[in-house]
Amino acid sequence: MAALDRRHVFVVTLLALFALLPIAAQLADQPFYIGQFRRILIFAIAAISLDLILGYGGMVSLGHAAFFGIGAYVVGILNHHAAEETLFLGLLPGSRNVLITWPLAMLVAAASAGLIGLVSLRTSGIYFIMITLAFAQMVYFFFVSLSAYGGDDGLRFPGDTVIAGLIDTQDDIAFYYAVFAVLAGVLYLCQRMIESRFGLVIQGCRENERRMQAIGFPTFRYRLACFTIAGGIAGLAGALFAAHESYISPSIMHWTRSGDLIVMVVMGGMGSLIGPVVGATVFLLMEKLLPDYTEHWPVVFGPVLLLIVLFAKRGIFGWLRPREHRRAAP
Amino acid sequence: MQRPDALLEVHGLTKRFGGIVASDELSLAVPEGEIHAVIGPNGAGKTTLIAQLAGEIRPDAGTIRFAGADLTHLPMAARARRGLARSFQITSIFRGFTALDNVAMAIQAHDGHSFRFWARARSDPRLREPARAILAEVGLDGRADMIAANLSHGEQRQLEIAMALATRPRLLLLDEPMAGMGREESARMVELLRRLKGRETILIIEHDMDVVFALADRITVLVYGRAIATGRPDEIRANAEVRQAYLGEDDHA
Ligand SMILES: Nc1ncnc2c1ncn2[C@@H]1O[C@H](COP(=O)(O)OP(=O)(O)O)[C@@H](O)[C@H]1O
Ligand SMILES: [Mg+2]
Repeated sequence: MAALDRRHVFVVTLLALFALLPIAAQLADQPFYIGQFRRILIFAIAAISLDLILGYGGMVSLGHAAFFGIGAYVVGILNHHAAEETLFLGLLPGSRNVLITWPLAMLVAAASAGLIGLVSLRTSGIYFIMITLAFAQMVYFFFVSLSAYGGDDGLRFPGDTVIAGLIDTQDDIAFYYAVFAVLAGVLYLCQRMIESRFGLVIQGCRENERRMQAIGFPTFRYRLACFTIAGGIAGLAGALFAAHESYISPSIMHWTRSGDLIVMVVMGGMGSLIGPVVGATVFLLMEKLLPDYTEHWPVVFGPVLLLIVLFAKRGIFGWLRPREHRRAAP
Repeated sequence: MQRPDALLEVHGLTKRFGGIVASDELSLAVPEGEIHAVIGPNGAGKTTLIAQLAGEIRPDAGTIRFAGADLTHLPMAARARRGLARSFQITSIFRGFTALDNVAMAIQAHDGHSFRFWARARSDPRLREPARAILAEVGLDGRADMIAANLSHGEQRQLEIAMALATRPRLLLLDEPMAGMGREESARMVELLRRLKGRETILIIEHDMDVVFALADRITVLVYGRAIATGRPDEIRANAEVRQAYLGEDDHA
């Protein structure tokens, strides 16, 4: 129970720091950090979603950025049509209302994950890694060739998205808190899910799928559901990212982006939900700050990641936990 | 020879691995309430038989009927939900979970679907209470909150049985439940099996002849995938072919 309390304290402290960040940035007269950290929070959401399948489900997907990208494109394309006052496929009008665009981004990303999972989850191990990568590459090249929406160059769209008539995404601080609220919500819902019957089934499949089947679980449908949910949440993060950037391009779903997400999850501590938040923060801060010190920053970045993974087997978050509980961690 | 009321009826089961015939036109029947032991030298095809019954390996030919229905083409999980429970020769548990979690998982498998995303499973008395009762039944009540990987080998074997029992099976398939156990641990396992006798229907693979002759109602002797004899313990003991093919090899391990 002590571990649980410490974990709670850690989560609450971290969220409180994120909540206070815009105020601190204002006081320090560095409003630039608000956008910077909004970006971090968005990737944290994507990393949490990857943790569901990677950390809890034991499914090493090297294609997760595809769902992030699909979510972003849904928002980008709808915004584009709204601005141009044209119809998507000559059928559907665009939209700037995030109550429409964000859920739709989630749905489309989840549906894509469902389809890709339907095929990929029949394999395991290295084959699963390769097949998720292959699907992600297909999605990537699909958007590269989608010249109507900028192809390789991507698509810039007017970033005057309004959230429920209340929050303007042009308002740096208001949008920051909207993203923060989404992160907190995702974190809580995922935590509940992980502790639910469904969550235990997912973790059981990671531990010993054969055993799960032997006691009567049709494991495939549960893993597929988990993969789909994770894809949906990644799509939501992508939607936020599109609104954050007012710009989408295929590069956000390049396979190296999927790799980055894996690094965030592993570095922060997989199978902990909060770990990936830490991982995303550290990863993106290093990516941002290291170039200020040396132009050879990738040479430093790699070894630092390696050291973290080697010396904190359960990631940064796992390293912060009391020793006797590390083994028992779910 | 086949009894019409048998819970499990296996007919003409055949399985080849390349040149090896692991099951050779195997037929056997286990009526409700019976403890049926399968014995035979190493490599005789005992584990392969269980794997086919459980649905992990597809037979090349033959049928498996269970409780009146043909199971031959059902996947593993579906068979488990119909009441076939298996324990593995090589311990197969959720090593990172507590002992209680292991058993609760098996209870959950038979308590409706698990597309339940909200309520906390670890504080659900529908899962935890029966799981605790079963841990107590196999003598692991003091170990409920220990991580399964940290249990002793014997305890892990007991947990293996507890998980099978937790599915409230109609037929228990036990593959060498005492494999690798010390004398004292084995004695405890025999004690547990004795308590299950009469209450559960069991198909058990076991090498220890004292245990087999003491527990089993009937015995099938398997040699090179073929059932060379089936009968009551005294019949098997007296069977010349069995003595020559198997028992003659004297306490083969
Ligand atoms: N998956 C497999 N592939 C190839 N051969 C196998 C496989 N499983 C078992 N065998 C072979 O089938 C025979 C029966 O094995 P098994 O059922 O494990 O025997 P037992 O449990 O009676 O010791 C052995 O010769 C074994 O080598
Ligand atoms: Mg065997």
